[in-house]
Amino acid sequence: MTVATTKFETLRLEDMSRDFGTFNALKGLNLTIRRGEFIALLGPSGCGKTTALNCIAGLLDVTGGRIMLDDTRIDTLRPEERGFGMVFQNYALFPHMSVRRNVGFGLKMRGVPKAEIAARVDAVLATVRLSSQADKLPGQLSGGQQQRVAIARAIVIEPPLVLMDEPLSNLDAKLRLEMRGEIRRIHQSLGSTTIYVTHDQEEALSLADRIVVIREGVIRQVGTPAELYASPAHLDVADFMGFRNRVPGKVIARDGDLVTLDVGDGARLIGHARDGVRDGAVGIAMARPDDLAPTDAASGIPATIETIEYRGREYHGLARTAGGLEVFFSAPSAHPVGDLVRLGADPDRVLVYPEEKP
Amino acid sequence: MIVSRTPLSTRLWAAAIWVLVGFFVLNLAGLIGSVVTSSFATRWLGTWLPAGFTTKWYFAAWDEFQLGDVLWVTFQVVGSVVALAGLFGVPAAYALARRDFPGKKAVLLLLLLPLLVPPVTYGIPLATVLYKSGLGGSLAGVILANLVPTVPFVVLVMIPFIEQIDPRIESAARVFGANTLKVFIYVLVPILLPGVLAALLLVLVRTIAMFELTFLVAGPGSQTLVVALYYAVFAAGVRAVQSIDAMAVIYMVTTLVWLIIALRFVNPTQIVARAKRSNT
Amino acid sequence: MTAASSAARDSGPTLAQRLRIRGLDGVTLLVVPCVLLAIALFVYPFFYGLWLSFQPKNGGAALTNYQRFFTEPFLSKTIWTTLRLALPVTLLNLFLAVPIAFRVRLMKRQRLLTTILVLPITLGTVLIAEGMLFYFGPQGWLTRTLMWLGVISQPLHVVHTYWGVFLSLVIAIFPFTFLLTLSYVTGIDPSLEQAAATLGASPAARFREIFLPLLLPGLAITFCLSFVQAFSVLPSAVLVGDPANTTRVISIAAYQAAFEEYDYSLASAIAMIMGAVQLMVVVVVLGGRTLLYRGPVAAAKG
Repeated sequence: MTVATTKFETLRLEDMSRDFGTFNALKGLNLTIRRGEFIALLGPSGCGKTTALNCIAGLLDVTGGRIMLDDTRIDTLRPEERGFGMVFQNYALFPHMSVRRNVGFGLKMRGVPKAEIAARVDAVLATVRLSSQADKLPGQLSGGQQQRVAIARAIVIEPPLVLMDEPLSNLDAKLRLEMRGEIRRIHQSLGSTTIYVTHDQEEALSLADRIVVIREGVIRQVGTPAELYASPAHLDVADFMGFRNRVPGKVIARDGDLVTLDVGDGARLIGHARDGVRDGAVGIAMARPDDLAPTDAASGIPATIETIEYRGREYHGLARTAGGLEVFFSAPSAHPVGDLVRLGADPDRVLVYPEEKP
Repeated sequence: MIVSRTPLSTRLWAAAIWVLVGFFVLNLAGLIGSVVTSSFATRWLGTWLPAGFTTKWYFAAWDEFQLGDVLWVTFQVVGSVVALAGLFGVPAAYALARRDFPGKKAVLLLLLLPLLVPPVTYGIPLATVLYKSGLGGSLAGVILANLVPTVPFVVLVMIPFIEQIDPRIESAARVFGANTLKVFIYVLVPILLPGVLAALLLVLVRTIAMFELTFLVAGPGSQTLVVALYYAVFAAGVRAVQSIDAMAVIYMVTTLVWLIIALRFVNPTQIVARAKRSNT
Repeated sequence: MTAASSAARDSGPTLAQRLRIRGLDGVTLLVVPCVLLAIALFVYPFFYGLWLSFQPKNGGAALTNYQRFFTEPFLSKTIWTTLRLALPVTLLNLFLAVPIAFRVRLMKRQRLLTTILVLPITLGTVLIAEGMLFYFGPQGWLTRTLMWLGVISQPLHVVHTYWGVFLSLVIAIFPFTFLLTLSYVTGIDPSLEQAAATLGASPAARFREIFLPLLLPGLAITFCLSFVQAFSVLPSAVLVGDPANTTRVISIAAYQAAFEEYDYSLASAIAMIMGAVQLMVVVVVLGGRTLLYRGPVAAAKG
């Protein structure tokens, strides 16, 4: 029988590793997840986030470290003994069972009496707004409906932990937004704990209580969406969080944590220094396209506009410096292509990182 | 360290299955090994291994069974069947993969039936017709009979292969001004070649090994290797056992060589059934 | 095409255009030679055989051959003899193939094993029979090994009995059954099993609730195709069996009628009966299949 209870306080990954032959997909993950949290594992494809989820679910064995649920070691248990709910990327609905039987499957496996199964299935189908589709086969449903069946099937067993593997990646943009709200609503109404794997930073920011950024099998940063959005700890996390502009320059002045970079052509960029930025060394300024705009100041970065396009509220453009560096910027009004502009940013919106060691 | 959480019962079950597979493979190897060993034996009676080894039975078999002639017939039959099956099968597969026309289901059924009905069942009426029309016993009769299962086989193997080729490639070639002939030579042939090659290799292996149809239709001068082997085994006692085995080994090597070549290009399940999913 | 262009001056689509809309154009014609070939070499002989079977060699009523088949035990018994071989062989092969396919599914390198298993298919029944005469014979390696191990004290009597044919059919057809089963088993989306596992289903429950219902339609087809092969056994029944008695299968009766008695009419009648029995078994099995789920076996996707 399953060991997990809804009463658990923490799930701890202790040095969790997974090798595939000589390839280390996970290199010693350490993470504590508290009851009721919504955690997003975020990273580019191939970073190990799905491997981590499968290890927690028990679909993959760990090759090092352990997984603890309070004081119980669970990485030695088979998936059917863990009692977690899981939503698969392709939904994995049983094609030969009706929606009702799909959703009731977990309860049936737990030996719940028939009448109770029927009642609980009806209740959860009402929660995901699928009561009218209960007797259809999954193949007769739309993508969004199948998605909701998959969620219903995972939550009807009232699991202490719900695992979701990129559940929205097969839906179109509009449905994705709708289902995002639905998932958040279900999480709150059940008070369950959710681990959600995604490569979409916007999805992670809008859903999660805490985001875990994973890259090449290593946790790069853990924090609330606001923390990650405003101050990514590393260059690659910043890149992933939408800081598309990467301008290298020499650190020539420092005032508290504000440093001034000489980025060439007499231009200056001022920003908040992260750990490891040394005076006189090369630092890398990172800024979002939204925060870089044409300026009258003489310290702005001179660049020639290559493309400019209308985005409703403002214009977005790509410009190139004399040194060949591409910079993305936004502007309140149109500029003709070929114009030389100076681009500057509010120091509070610029982060300066030390040069990455190769 | 990998923590094993496989229960004992599962491991016992797995072990039992591997013992079963091992037993099957061991006996198969023993079976084939017996034939090979015997073909090289000087005298082999009541012992584990023969008294001595020799290659003389291969020469004996070559003369006694006119293997030169038999191999030449086999080569002609297999060559013609492969060529004709490709010629009839590939264009039909192309049409069936690319067009939706009234009666398409009936055509598919017509082509599926010869693969579902075993050769002995339709071979007897077919042999009757061929004998009535004077083709029975001739090389042409053997070739025609072997086309019955092989042409549908080529069609059904090629349809999924052609379907997975994007028709827009051909449209693109046409838009850029290629006429039908040029589309065929520069676009279709290179794209289809690997699939055609794979299908024809399988036809080749199947035709070498096709016993029943050839047996029912062939006459003395149109026996393929496998039928000649059957008659040799059937009339055992007339000839030395070892020379029959030498012939069996020659047959085995003939099919094996082609089988190994074929398996470099195709999935083994394609040999028994048409590929249900195209490999991507 | 040229005829069509002259008509193109008229308004509305030309005949060629109208045919093309229905899917009939030059490309469609490529199917014609193939269809003609199938009609000439498969359909025509079949109906000719059917007609011939109603034209007894020595005159008489149309049904004489069929009457003779069912009244002469020497002939009618062959149906039972064949079924007694083909049904157990097919069932045994299926029972062996399913668990092995489930194991092989988990292997990373299936190629070597499947290649070894393809061997008997291409070697064919004649070579297998020849090998069996040796290997299972009283002086063969198997007998010697078993006697050396003390499992048996008398040489095995396998060759030239029912069991000789039984074993040769198992060896020859198992690979076929196995490869078909494997292609069905591997066609089931592995995430369905994972989903069932996370929902608390034990391995046995996963097999019962997920794999078996999804697999049954494929197994029904595998059964039919394997059965049809076993039912038409000819060479091994003659070479390693007891062709005058316990392994006098229906194809031997047909062959003898045609090529020993030169009674093509009776031979055709026997071939038709053979086809009818096969068809009946196939219809029964596939008829049961309509009661089962028959949709896609991948995870449902919109």
